[in-house]
Amino acid sequence: MPYSADLPRGPARVASIEAVEQGLASCGYIPSRQIATAVYLAERLSKPVLVEGPAGVGKTELAKSIAAWLSLPLIRMQCYEGLDEAKALYEWKYGKQLLYTQILRDKIGEVLGDAASLDAALHRLHGFGDLFFSADFLEPRPLLRALQEPGGAVLLVDEVDKSDQEFEAFLLEILSDYQVTIPELGRIAATVPPVVILTSNSMRDLGDALKRRCLHLHIGFPDAALEERIIASRVPEADAALRGQLVRFVQSLRGLDLKKPPSVSETIDWARVLVLLHAGALSAEFVRETLNVLLKFEVDIETAGRQLGELTARARG
Amino acid sequence: MNATEPLRRFFAAARGAGVRISSAESIEAMRAVDAVGFADRAVLRDTLGLVLAKTVEEKQALAECFDLYFRRETPESASPEESPDSSGEGLAGLLLGGDPAAIAQAMEAAGEAAGLPNIRFFTQRNLYTRRILDLMGLRAVEAAIGEREDDEARRLTEAVAALRATVRDFVERSLVLFAREETEAFREELLRSTRLSNLDRRDYDRMRVLVRAIARKLAARYARPRRRRLRGQLDLRRTIRRNMGWSGIPFVTVWKEKRIEKPRVVVLCDVSGSVAAVSQFLLMFLYALNEVLADIRSFAFAGSLIEVSEILEHQPIEPAIAEIMTRIGFGSSNYGNSLADFEEGWIGLIDRRTTVLILGDARGNRTDPRVEILERISNRAKRVVWLNPEYRNAWGTGDSDMFRYAPHCQMLRPCSTLRDLERVVTDLLEMTR
Repeated sequence: MPYSADLPRGPARVASIEAVEQGLASCGYIPSRQIATAVYLAERLSKPVLVEGPAGVGKTELAKSIAAWLSLPLIRMQCYEGLDEAKALYEWKYGKQLLYTQILRDKIGEVLGDAASLDAALHRLHGFGDLFFSADFLEPRPLLRALQEPGGAVLLVDEVDKSDQEFEAFLLEILSDYQVTIPELGRIAATVPPVVILTSNSMRDLGDALKRRCLHLHIGFPDAALEERIIASRVPEADAALRGQLVRFVQSLRGLDLKKPPSVSETIDWARVLVLLHAGALSAEFVRETLNVLLKFEVDIETAGRQLGELTARARG
Repeated sequence: MNATEPLRRFFAAARGAGVRISSAESIEAMRAVDAVGFADRAVLRDTLGLVLAKTVEEKQALAECFDLYFRRETPESASPEESPDSSGEGLAGLLLGGDPAAIAQAMEAAGEAAGLPNIRFFTQRNLYTRRILDLMGLRAVEAAIGEREDDEARRLTEAVAALRATVRDFVERSLVLFAREETEAFREELLRSTRLSNLDRRDYDRMRVLVRAIARKLAARYARPRRRRLRGQLDLRRTIRRNMGWSGIPFVTVWKEKRIEKPRVVVLCDVSGSVAAVSQFLLMFLYALNEVLADIRSFAFAGSLIEVSEILEHQPIEPAIAEIMTRIGFGSSNYGNSLADFEEGWIGLIDRRTTVLILGDARGNRTDPRVEILERISNRAKRVVWLNPEYRNAWGTGDSDMFRYAPHCQMLRPCSTLRDLERVVTDLLEMTR
């Protein structure tokens, strides 16, 4: 396994874990200490980060925020079943190649016209080089673009668990060495290794080979203090009292036996709704009317509905 | 002892706790620790979790191990020159001085010299405790106490008793840390070959991990792509269609494909009194299968048969098994009746792509076995696989109808230990190829 000592290294973009925390916070993403450590290590060790966790805890958002913070372009690749290298890495520009062959046919007479023998003509033809499969006819797809970006990039491989196993294997070369091999052209290595974030919803178990090449970060639901800070950053219009109440309410909802417990993104949405409705404090009615923002399943709404009064009272403290 | 030594020990301890750490990963972890430093313990723990653990469970195990391990690391307060000597005067001075950090350091050093990280068994506790105390110079102190009878001697006696307890505690913690690796491996090996009916309740958790690993093996095979390209057979129609944009010049070739069917699995699991000892385990396997296979229908039966797919899908394993057992479990089994129930309600599930898996001992308490139903199922299905938790030579004895059912099973195996199960799964995979 090669180490990053022999990899091209980008400028030291990240100074310390605290710098990550502050930098991400300045872009509106409040990371836990663990997330900040992961980002810092990813930079220092030039390793990709595999982010797992329930939907809506900010896995994709993390990549976006890193890109915004470091002012790097974000290159996103959404994975799905049947994704192959033609869509992920590169494709030949067939149309252009076709035109090229036609031009070649027209011009070939001029070029070779005065050659005395067949050997001489062939010799001259070799002199032109193989243009047909060259970088000019290459259509870069997300992965190749991420490697070619001159100042580095943030590559987000979203929901990698939805792709096929073959594709996962194909990712390995990029993830460990930041290079790809195109049969006709050879090895293409990154000038500046991109920051790579992979996300997974655990649809299927990822292979050990992939996991070994990544830092494994699990983002769970945040604790109350962190969630309050997130809300303060995302929905500054909500005042501190309301913020405390709604976070306490959501935290206690997560303690119930729900099919899909509300995530951070739902808390943010809900905070926005409450601000729009000019709710100064939580009341059972308000909660009942807006519960569908937090809970996406009818059964969950029923389960929570039964204990709504009690939960609201407790959240109001 | 250089800076990487505690880390290397920690890796050994973490392996013992069930986290797989390759040597490449341990090097990677050391580089990561270099980057963050030792100063902040929480950050250090997060770092190791990020680099070494690959699942949430592993993270948990690693964090626990981390706390256990670094609690025994001593603070570096005392001066390192005071190496332990066997003269006894040093120890007596230490004991009377009452500096716990210095004592702890002397203890660590003696532990090192006594080879404490090699401790493997519970029974070695006394040996190592004695060895460490000797190395610290206890004999000389004891001799000194014996000679005198003053206040200092009494204080020394108390301090020695306290030291004994401390060293013993230290040895026990080391045992937990360092001996786990081998005992875990040993226990797992033992579990694989123990008869399922003899398994202890406390082994269920470990068993579940092993069973899941087997089920996952099956699932990985199952998740293979459904189509395979046939090389060399051009799909003319689709090639022309695909290349229309380039005036029909075939830049992109499309090959014919062969569809590979994903097997559908129907499992019938016996939960009657006669297999009560193993039904826990059979259900565990069923639960694991349910987790990893998409197209599976599960049934449990004793006197009659019910579908349990829903229960297995929506509940965690313990309550799911408990609910199945209360709804249908125990009681005496009636295979004929259960097969009839199945034929009546769900025979439509079975077509030429279905694999029917029956887990049971075929003991129907002398009721009509209704072999003809199994024959009909067998005719419709791709194959019938019967796994019997009894030894082969018990088949056909007493009320066992195994040999009457046997002609209609494409595969019939005893499945009394975990190793049997592993073998069966491998064979099943061979058959699907």
